[in-house]
Amino acid sequence: MNIGYFPGCSLHATAREYAESLTAIAAALDIKLDEIKDWACCGATSAHSTNHMLSVALPARTLMLAEKQNLGRVLAPCAACYNRLASARQAIAKDKEIAGRIQAILGQSFENSVQVLSIAQLLSEMTGEIRDKCKRPLRNLKVACYYGCLLVRPPEICQFDDPESPSSLENIVKAAGATPVQWDMALECCGGGFSLSRTASVVRLSRSILQSARKAGAQAIVVACPMCHSNLDFRQGAINMRDNAPEPMPILFLSQLVGLGLGLDPARLGLSRHFVSPQPVLNFINAVKLQAEDREHA
Amino acid sequence: MSRIGVFICHCGENIGRTVDCARVAQSLGDLPGVVHSVDYKYMCSDPGQVLIKQAIQEKNLDGIVVGACSPHMHEKTFRKAAASAGLNPFLCEMANLREHCSWIHEDRELATEKAIALGRFIVEKIKYNRPLSTIYIPVERRALVIGGGIAGIQAALDIADGGRDVILVEKESSIGGHMSQLSETFPTLDCSQCILTPRMVEVAQHPRIKLLAYSEVESVDGYIGNFQVKIRRKARSVDETKCNGCGECQKNCPNKKIPSEFDQGLGTRTAIYVPFPQAVPNIPVIDRASCALFRGRAKGVKKVVCGKCAEVCGRNAVDFDQQDSFVTEKVGAIVVATGYQLYSIGKSQELDILRGYGEYGYGTIPDVIDGLQFERLASASGPTGGKILRPSDGKEPKKIVFLQCIGSRDPAKGIEYCSKICCMYVAKHTMLYHHKVHDGKAVVFYMDIRAGGKGYDEFVRRAIEESHALYLRGRVSRLSRDGDVIRVQGFDTLSGEPVVINADMVVLATAMRPQPGIAALAQKLSVSYDQHGFLNEAHPKLRPVETNTAGVFLAGACQSPRDIPDSVAMASATASKVLGLFSKELLEREPLIARVDRMTCTGCFHCERVCPYGAVERKTLTDSKGRIIKVIAEVNQGVCQGCGTCQATCPSKSVELDGFTDEQIYAAVNAI
Repeated sequence: MNIGYFPGCSLHATAREYAESLTAIAAALDIKLDEIKDWACCGATSAHSTNHMLSVALPARTLMLAEKQNLGRVLAPCAACYNRLASARQAIAKDKEIAGRIQAILGQSFENSVQVLSIAQLLSEMTGEIRDKCKRPLRNLKVACYYGCLLVRPPEICQFDDPESPSSLENIVKAAGATPVQWDMALECCGGGFSLSRTASVVRLSRSILQSARKAGAQAIVVACPMCHSNLDFRQGAINMRDNAPEPMPILFLSQLVGLGLGLDPARLGLSRHFVSPQPVLNFINAVKLQAEDREHA
Repeated sequence: MSRIGVFICHCGENIGRTVDCARVAQSLGDLPGVVHSVDYKYMCSDPGQVLIKQAIQEKNLDGIVVGACSPHMHEKTFRKAAASAGLNPFLCEMANLREHCSWIHEDRELATEKAIALGRFIVEKIKYNRPLSTIYIPVERRALVIGGGIAGIQAALDIADGGRDVILVEKESSIGGHMSQLSETFPTLDCSQCILTPRMVEVAQHPRIKLLAYSEVESVDGYIGNFQVKIRRKARSVDETKCNGCGECQKNCPNKKIPSEFDQGLGTRTAIYVPFPQAVPNIPVIDRASCALFRGRAKGVKKVVCGKCAEVCGRNAVDFDQQDSFVTEKVGAIVVATGYQLYSIGKSQELDILRGYGEYGYGTIPDVIDGLQFERLASASGPTGGKILRPSDGKEPKKIVFLQCIGSRDPAKGIEYCSKICCMYVAKHTMLYHHKVHDGKAVVFYMDIRAGGKGYDEFVRRAIEESHALYLRGRVSRLSRDGDVIRVQGFDTLSGEPVVINADMVVLATAMRPQPGIAALAQKLSVSYDQHGFLNEAHPKLRPVETNTAGVFLAGACQSPRDIPDSVAMASATASKVLGLFSKELLEREPLIARVDRMTCTGCFHCERVCPYGAVERKTLTDSKGRIIKVIAEVNQGVCQGCGTCQATCPSKSVELDGFTDEQIYAAVNAI
């Protein structure tokens, strides 16, 4: 399968491990990621909080480039990029006046024909393949699936999964052989873009997410957004300092977990780039493997 | 040559101010065929009518045109006047010079010209009017009531007490409806069952009421005064004529763990069961999906797996081989009283527009319940014997949070209307809770308090002031489990602060929706319904209990969310309409209906396909030896509403609408 690929700024920088693991699983699942040439910033936060037309025009330009490359569908792995691209696409489709102004800004023909997918949408389509190719090293690994605010919301933009009680990540995680836990904070805010400007709020919000996952018995949290990952991973040191230093909680990108499930080499999944070491997860996988070997010997 | 009289009314100043009525009368008087033309200040007044009557007799008129208000207003008046002077009433027509002319124009000159044109229009039309006579249809003076909740019970009793036979059809095994599930009722806190049960018994014992419980309407044919209704009597697996309701079968049924529908899943029942002890009729039914014997049969097991109920039955009433049977009843009127269901809060929804409330964890958090479940907990006959206990661990909750408007007034969740009863029953719940758990704290999240009704607002004030319920204005964004308690995250819009409350139990006041299957029933009855499935009344203000299908009436929450007093009032209103219909042996219908020309009809049946009322029937014409000549369309006089769709459709011009024939319309149109 061929699909357009919009990495956005974070997958080239702070979330390189997301890009690495995504490339790895795409190869394993026979998906060809076709990066949009000359893509630009999606406009997340800065554009849409200052200038509405700019916040539509930036993603529109990227969608136009994708259209020129004959890409019918584009994957935006970052939840914020996904939201911006999908919102712009819908704004142009729904409002003729906006469509006209965007056309003028772009100065080139644009049909608005490109469909935008989140990673949850793409992998939900592929649960069958994931299950077939799954090597089951994650058996009984308990993970908390964290959607954050933008992966399935707002419902009128995403039109995918239940916005208040979603289950798509759980289904993907199950297909990859791990066990999702029932928990309460899957949709709560991590603090998002306030990471630098209001760190205390981010620490408070992310702490309650970590606590809830821990309480539900999760051994790792699975995320699908670089911002969520950075708040839960990078800020975990500050959070745990006040929490009487409990066991650190590894935060995995969805693509990393699927990669582990498919039995890919952990080195190819960028697992070494996290602040909180995912070693407990790898240890768990090794223990499962040893058990299986023991059983074979016996 | 016609002898037409024209009467132009000033309607005080209403027409006279903008239209020169004298000139209109004079101008129309010059038309060929018009032999008399006058204007008068108030044509509908007694002297005005006398003018018309005198003119008819003195000038021997054979048609009159009254240029006045809308025919909706006074056509009946003038036709009656014409009839009393010996003229066929359908030779009297009105030209609407008020709503269609004087009220909407300012220029006197132009308005007068238009009034003359409107008058000429009707004068030319009336030249082709034929005398018509009222149609009389025999009325079967028995009623069918669909639904045995409080609305259906009240309607059935009122009609029966009025001296007419009633057939009451209820789909469940007992009548009583939702009201039988309630603990106490607002605003007087009297026990629901105590006031309902006597009425249920009255239904069972009434000589004029035939109760068909565990039955459903299969099909409806016919028209007002003459409906044929086929009713499916679902197999109870118990012979109603033999069973004496002793209850031995229920006691001995080994399968006791089935969630009870009557207790909203909070209690259990057996596979052969009576839903509640006061059931009417007090005859059990076997739930074949749960009964071991029937499950065995379904799997093809040859051996009889169980038969305990039949063994212990002293009267051999249990009949495992009973099949659904059908009865056909002839009735003259139908009352729909199918009631409501609650919005299902969980994720799975039957309609696409309904979104559910994933954020409230209903179905996954056991102590999040809905209003009807709370009623069962508070009811003395409920699963806890009237003690308020949590479903999860049976502990007494010390803090209950009530959420109002769950589903209602929330277009994002698919329902924009107000369910009307929730504000009141939540106030009642807080009181019941306070009466039973003195140290318990009730917190209510509300959007607005809608307590319109006698004694209603006082009741809510009592909940706040005497039962100390804490009312917070705002919505709740999420319910989550936190160990033993439920974390309620909400927002208090009056203080502008987010609120987090740890509650022991949460009660959701969910929206009222029409019963499942209402659309199918509405289609059987040719009754329209809104996008939510509530049945449409004929007029929202002036004909609230009638439908657009003559002879079909509405009562209770099938039409819109209603509380008990409203449902009962509506049921009695419906009963009076039915009794009014039954007051005569023959029903009078206006003769303005479609007629098919037998000679030219080719039997294409385009008319049958377009008729919205199903009034077109097929008739076989035979010669004297019984050989078929052709099959043609025929219009059922009782069903036809005179809309004219068939007339417009007929390719061979074989359908005419009496009072609006092609000839009349062409003549009228040519006159302007």
